[in-house]
Amino acid sequence: MTDQSYDAEFGDFFALLKPRVMSLVVFTAAVGLLVAPVSMNPVLAFSAVLFIALGAGASGALNMWWDADIDQIMKRTQGRPIPAGRVTPSNALIMGLWLSVLAVGMLGLTSNWVAAGLLAFTIFFYAVVYSMWLKRSTPQNIVIGGAAGAFPPMVGWAAATGGVSVESVLMFSLIFMWTPPHFWSLALFMNHDYSAAGVPMMTVTHGKPYTRKQILIYTVLLTPITLAIAFTSIGGPVYFAAAVILSVGFLRGAWGLFNRSEDIATGDDYAAERGVFKFSLLYLFALFFALLIEAALRGLNLTWGAWPVWI
Amino acid sequence: MTIRKDHEVHKRRGKTNLTLGVVLGAFVLLVFAITISKMVGEAKRVQSENATTTQAE
Repeated sequence: MTDQSYDAEFGDFFALLKPRVMSLVVFTAAVGLLVAPVSMNPVLAFSAVLFIALGAGASGALNMWWDADIDQIMKRTQGRPIPAGRVTPSNALIMGLWLSVLAVGMLGLTSNWVAAGLLAFTIFFYAVVYSMWLKRSTPQNIVIGGAAGAFPPMVGWAAATGGVSVESVLMFSLIFMWTPPHFWSLALFMNHDYSAAGVPMMTVTHGKPYTRKQILIYTVLLTPITLAIAFTSIGGPVYFAAAVILSVGFLRGAWGLFNRSEDIATGDDYAAERGVFKFSLLYLFALFFALLIEAALRGLNLTWGAWPVWI
Repeated sequence: MTIRKDHEVHKRRGKTNLTLGVVLGAFVLLVFAITISKMVGEAKRVQSENATTTQAE
């Protein structure tokens, strides 16, 4: 293996960390940390977000180690380092395990052990509960797997405050409920790959009309959570305005998908489904950005005393 | 007596090793920065604690 074969480059190992997923983790973890009612030393805040991102990257590497067999089958994932033959599976496993230990240990030392414990649980949840257990056994895989993606703001909040509170639980719930409609709208126009790999995606096991109904149900359940955050200590009028506009948009999109037949959808190459998928990304990004704006306004003492904080 | 010729593997992996070296160096600097930040934070906390006890007296 040393002389003729390809040598893994730094970029190949970096690709194992799933940089695109990591960027979303950096963003939501940073928001969770910054909106917390505790001011943090900038170096410590930066380090906490870095170690949370590293932990997420480590779980990505573990996921790619475990899923190398199905990644080889799906077009979307064939170019990943292991199926492409650029990194050996055992190297990915070693890297994932050591980076997990490093990320959790460093977050514990830098921030606190509540945050580190939550990060360890997140890695375990994504690598073991989701990747090894649920992904291949139930069409609800996305629902449970969404929990892994929902943890980062909670970890960020815990890094700042040392605990868990109603605000961080609501941020968790927001991403948790958002993930199924986000991912299933993608699955509506991507399912060929999943069926070939034998992953029980809902579009394959229960059909697309059922998936459209589920998208609508989850979007409806998501709405009260999104709105409730407006009336916590991290909410406010700016967030509320964004939440109302985005909720209406998402609900309309989901309702539109629910009422589309497969003939119409294939006719325009899933234009509406692609639209809802893109909108769901904007939805999450804009809501968290609105939370950041509220935090900045509080920092400048530009709060509106009459705004009700019910929760 | 020194070894003059790099082994072929060293050349091939040179760039990766350099990048890894930079990353490790950055990690060392980060740990140092964290240490200083925590010490400064602790010193400030002790100082303000002392100030309040003096006031109480």
